[in-house]
Amino acid sequence: MNYRAIRAIYLFEMARTWRTLLQSIVSPVVSTSLYFVVFGAAIGSRITEVEGVSYGTFIVPGLVMLSVLTQSIANASFGIYFPKFVGTIYEILSAPVSYIEIVIGYVGAAATKSIILGLIIMATAALFVPLHIHHPWWMLTFLVLTAVTFSLFGFIIGIWADGFEKLQMIPMLIVTPLTFLGGSFYSVNMLPSGWRTVTLLNPVVYLISGFRWSFYEIADVSVALSLGMTLGFLAICMALVWWIFRTGYRLKN
Amino acid sequence: MLAMPPIISVSNLSKTYGSGFKALNNINLDIKRGEIFALLGPNGAGKTTLISIICGIANLSEGNVMVGGHDINRDYRAARSLIGLVPQELHTDSFETVWATVSFSRGLFGKPKNPAHIEKVLKDLSLWDKKDSKIITLSGGMKRRVMIAKALSHEPQILFLDEPTAGVDVELRKGMWDVVRGLQASGVTIILTTHYIQEAEEMADRIGVINKGEIILVEDKAGLMHKLGKKELKVHLQGRIDAIPASLAAYNLELSDDGHAVIYDYDTKGDRTGITSLLNDLRNAGIRISDLDTRQSSLEDIFVSLVRAP
Repeated sequence: MNYRAIRAIYLFEMARTWRTLLQSIVSPVVSTSLYFVVFGAAIGSRITEVEGVSYGTFIVPGLVMLSVLTQSIANASFGIYFPKFVGTIYEILSAPVSYIEIVIGYVGAAATKSIILGLIIMATAALFVPLHIHHPWWMLTFLVLTAVTFSLFGFIIGIWADGFEKLQMIPMLIVTPLTFLGGSFYSVNMLPSGWRTVTLLNPVVYLISGFRWSFYEIADVSVALSLGMTLGFLAICMALVWWIFRTGYRLKN
Repeated sequence: MLAMPPIISVSNLSKTYGSGFKALNNINLDIKRGEIFALLGPNGAGKTTLISIICGIANLSEGNVMVGGHDINRDYRAARSLIGLVPQELHTDSFETVWATVSFSRGLFGKPKNPAHIEKVLKDLSLWDKKDSKIITLSGGMKRRVMIAKALSHEPQILFLDEPTAGVDVELRKGMWDVVRGLQASGVTIILTTHYIQEAEEMADRIGVINKGEIILVEDKAGLMHKLGKKELKVHLQGRIDAIPASLAAYNLELSDDGHAVIYDYDTKGDRTGITSLLNDLRNAGIRISDLDTRQSSLEDIFVSLVRAP
């Protein structure tokens, strides 16, 4: 293992985060606060309780996941797309590093950033609503797994994209709708049974459900299923990354 | 003493792009340890593709490449850690400082921190006073030197310079040549590609010419000049002639200066140059001579004649 290379890539990417602190951390925190004001305070005051917790409290895990998902994808896809775009990727490709080391460096940094962000959003939420976490370790497990999985997914998008539009396309057209329809703002049980079945095809449902369970012990689907689906998606992303580096897809030609 | 094994050995290398374009066709090339090797060729000849494959940026289609005895695919770590690459385009991280970007390169190549070495590299390249500047604030020539500094940060044994002096002013070009000579003196093998024949002529120990994806010639520079180095004699005439007289047909003369001169090609290494008899025959033909001059063909002439050949 070329640990020094992993460290160099990781620190380089983290330095980019600190350099762009405002857009990296501050803007997601501001937008999350807006969700609390709109859904928690304004609309939420008309909704009494969902599954035994107040609406404002209920949406916290979903909001954290919403940010972690979108930020993981954005960070990781930009992190690898930008060197491709400006050409500095030549150095990574010509260095004595394996693809595993490259992935650990880039995906590790992107995931770190979104985990920090998730924790900051939770802290922000605690200012608006009472927050109690029943299973802190499970909460962290789901947070880390989701951040890593979606950073890997973002890494794949970043390699696949050959223009800025493509970089935005998947997050905007697929990930955002899936997240909104994945139970961030409601319990899947509130849906009519037909829609409930359709919703269960959405992988994000399992992430949010498992994450919410670690907070309040309420879940739309069983925790084991949530964990299994998260790990399954992680495995798919890993396999895709392995294929990309084995063939040099969009990197070596 | 046995000859040292080549530091880079390219065998039967071919590269075909997805589009079907064959960029390299059965390349065989050995680079000797410690030499400066110049790879000459017109645009699109395959120079950059060849370098990219050796350095790991592009996949090869057929053949194999050994660097320092290591196969570039099977043993890529050992092979790549010997190489420093300065690509043709200025690819830099605009918002990083010079110091950070050069240190990053060293880490990427798995070397422990060594601020003294980085300091030396930056000083050698006259970048020391810019070490805390962001790269975006530097001029093109400085960015080029930053890229050289990155390539040297991990103490490579082989340095690839792809068009190192393209777009660099004369002053800086000379400075860069000094750096390259200094590196060679410290034992680094240097492979450079260039459009400037003058650069190859001045710097290289050996020269390879690549055209349409094939190596058409590899020679010692001196040998190349010697082998292909024809001289030409220009005979300035007192009057003007419309055509070469039939009695001089054997000399293959060429009319020049609107009939006021004739040009004669000869080989100084031949048994006889034919100059004496030519001058005799000119007098016999009644042609009077006002002046003579001779010219050695340059590498540029050789190059042009090579790549123009069908």
